[in-house]
Amino acid sequence: MPLLSLRNLSVTFDTASGPFKAVDGVDVTVEPGEVLGIVGESGSGKSVAMLGLMGLLPPSATVTADEIAFEGRDLRAMSGRERRKIIGSEIAMIFQEPMSSLNPCFTVGFQIKEALKAHTGLDRKARQARAVELMRAVGIPEPERRLSAFPHQMSGGMSQRVMIAMATACNPKLLIADEPTTALDVTIQAQILDLLLDLQKDHGMAMILITHDMGVIAETAERVVVQYAGQQVERQKVATLFDHPHHPYTAALLAAIPERATQRRLPTIPGVVPGQGDRPDGCLFNPRCPKADDRCRTVVPPRQPASLGEALCHYPLDPPASFTRPTSVSAAR
Amino acid sequence: MTVPTNAPANAIVTASNVSQVYEVRRGLFAKPLGLKAVKDASFSVEEGETLAIVGESGCGKSTLARMLTMIETPAEGALTIDGVTITGDNPGDVRKLRSTVQIVFQNPYGALNPRQKVGSIIEEPLKINTKLSSAERRQKAERALAEVGLRPEHYGRYPHMFSGGQRQRIAIARAIILEPKILVLDEPVSALDVSIQAQILNLLADLQERLGLTYIFISHDLSVVKHVATRVMVMYLGRPVEIAPVAALYAAPLHPYTRALLSATPATDPKSKGQRIRLTGELPSPISPPPGCSFNPRCPYANDRCRTERPELTQHGPTRVACFAVEEGRIDGAGSAAA
Repeated sequence: MPLLSLRNLSVTFDTASGPFKAVDGVDVTVEPGEVLGIVGESGSGKSVAMLGLMGLLPPSATVTADEIAFEGRDLRAMSGRERRKIIGSEIAMIFQEPMSSLNPCFTVGFQIKEALKAHTGLDRKARQARAVELMRAVGIPEPERRLSAFPHQMSGGMSQRVMIAMATACNPKLLIADEPTTALDVTIQAQILDLLLDLQKDHGMAMILITHDMGVIAETAERVVVQYAGQQVERQKVATLFDHPHHPYTAALLAAIPERATQRRLPTIPGVVPGQGDRPDGCLFNPRCPKADDRCRTVVPPRQPASLGEALCHYPLDPPASFTRPTSVSAAR
Repeated sequence: MTVPTNAPANAIVTASNVSQVYEVRRGLFAKPLGLKAVKDASFSVEEGETLAIVGESGCGKSTLARMLTMIETPAEGALTIDGVTITGDNPGDVRKLRSTVQIVFQNPYGALNPRQKVGSIIEEPLKINTKLSSAERRQKAERALAEVGLRPEHYGRYPHMFSGGQRQRIAIARAIILEPKILVLDEPVSALDVSIQAQILNLLADLQERLGLTYIFISHDLSVVKHVATRVMVMYLGRPVEIAPVAALYAAPLHPYTRALLSATPATDPKSKGQRIRLTGELPSPISPPPGCSFNPRCPYANDRCRTERPELTQHGPTRVACFAVEEGRIDGAGSAAA
């Protein structure tokens, strides 16, 4: 049984100019102990989908799904009280801006112990001991003294360690890390990624890593989901994604990374991610896709099989020899 | 590649022992502390090249940008830009230099005034620095818009109607309208998505070719730097620790900090899980830097000499590096970056 199973999750925001679908039918399955990467540009809905799962979206958002199951328990059918027992203790989340995720008015010790108080039956003394243990586990020197420090007295890397200590306080089975290292310097980023992977291995914790950095994905994740304009356009193993992207968007995204460039001019993706007002018909990527034809502009593309990276595309790249392209619109319908 | 000495013939920018100090107030009666954001930086930039300045936050790279663009004058040392020397006491002919050096900032959302139309944003440097008529200004602004890949009808729009990448194009148009020789690019693409980043990098490359610009490219992203730079200067805690041509730096980084920085950069290739050099600890406080080499508390090669004496930049092949371990041959000269 998968640890987490989301099927056809959509998030719609009510805006002044009408409803806006930020997440459009995503499926996420996470097995116990695995690292799933979700990659995409800003506006691709990668964070919003996970915030929807955690119930952290504002009231203007409507979350719909065919299934939201954690260890087989249906989160949709639960009362808020029951759900809050799982969220924060068995599913935990850390965010991009460690500095603004911590409350500046309270010491970090208070904030870590608050999580313990809410989710465990430990008494004061035991909470103190556990907080020290957590601070040590995330590599903060002099944990006893640091517990009484305020967030402004800590650097970005240290704050993110505190956030990780807080998130792992109840030994979660799933940690959702939303751009955990984007605000940090590279050497600190390497430290935090190592720490997350160590925790994941030691506790058999599963992790969903949301990022826009293909390098971070390559170094940490096992499976990766590529998201574009709220849709999952490709789902693949990391080991094969970088050499054999099947969706033109993935291929273009990889080609645009300077590190992989072969010449001075970088290959670019023309245009921008479609917003609320300019969502195209058919495939959402068609206005920017070099391979788009009339079919892409009118017909919503099908989900390809796993051998083609489950690409959401009429004409996936790099098909095996046995794959025959559909010849006409009617044949595929 | 010519070896940079203190003043090569074709250097357009020469910095000699430039330092910048900020006062940090501790309280009403306490004496303010001097924070040396940049210390004894000496380097030169040749005409037409791209010098990348690399380092983590707090290493002084943005302070350097502020001095190069004359937002601040250096506290010590001298900066020679296009033949004009600026020191703390003698700010030089700054007015003339303002149109020689222009800057593009990191955050295109914060760098443009939301109440100004794009046209007046781009024309503002002309208003201040030239005596052109409004028709001439408009003509120039429209040409600059075309130059950065925007359309003339964008002239009358407001910044909020543009995406991040387009705003950065507007900022670039504003920077090139005075026909500068030097463009200081302070993290110009780090706020942008990968696909937009590629568009802006291409635009910058085109402009450099067409207009013969000299770039000072400040970044923390080593993969971007590898793509754009001619030479790279790595800074740590306000001091340059390694200056090298880009090929040499990536093939054989010398300074232990450069090596760590390169190996910490995630490679976009899942097969190359190279041995990472794990740097422990964080950047020390610039208010009380450690004695000796400022990198010594985090350096795996530090010995007693590193903890007491400060290394100077010395020549090693094409590279200038400030490290005793390299000087004494304690670490191999051709350090291999983690693949």
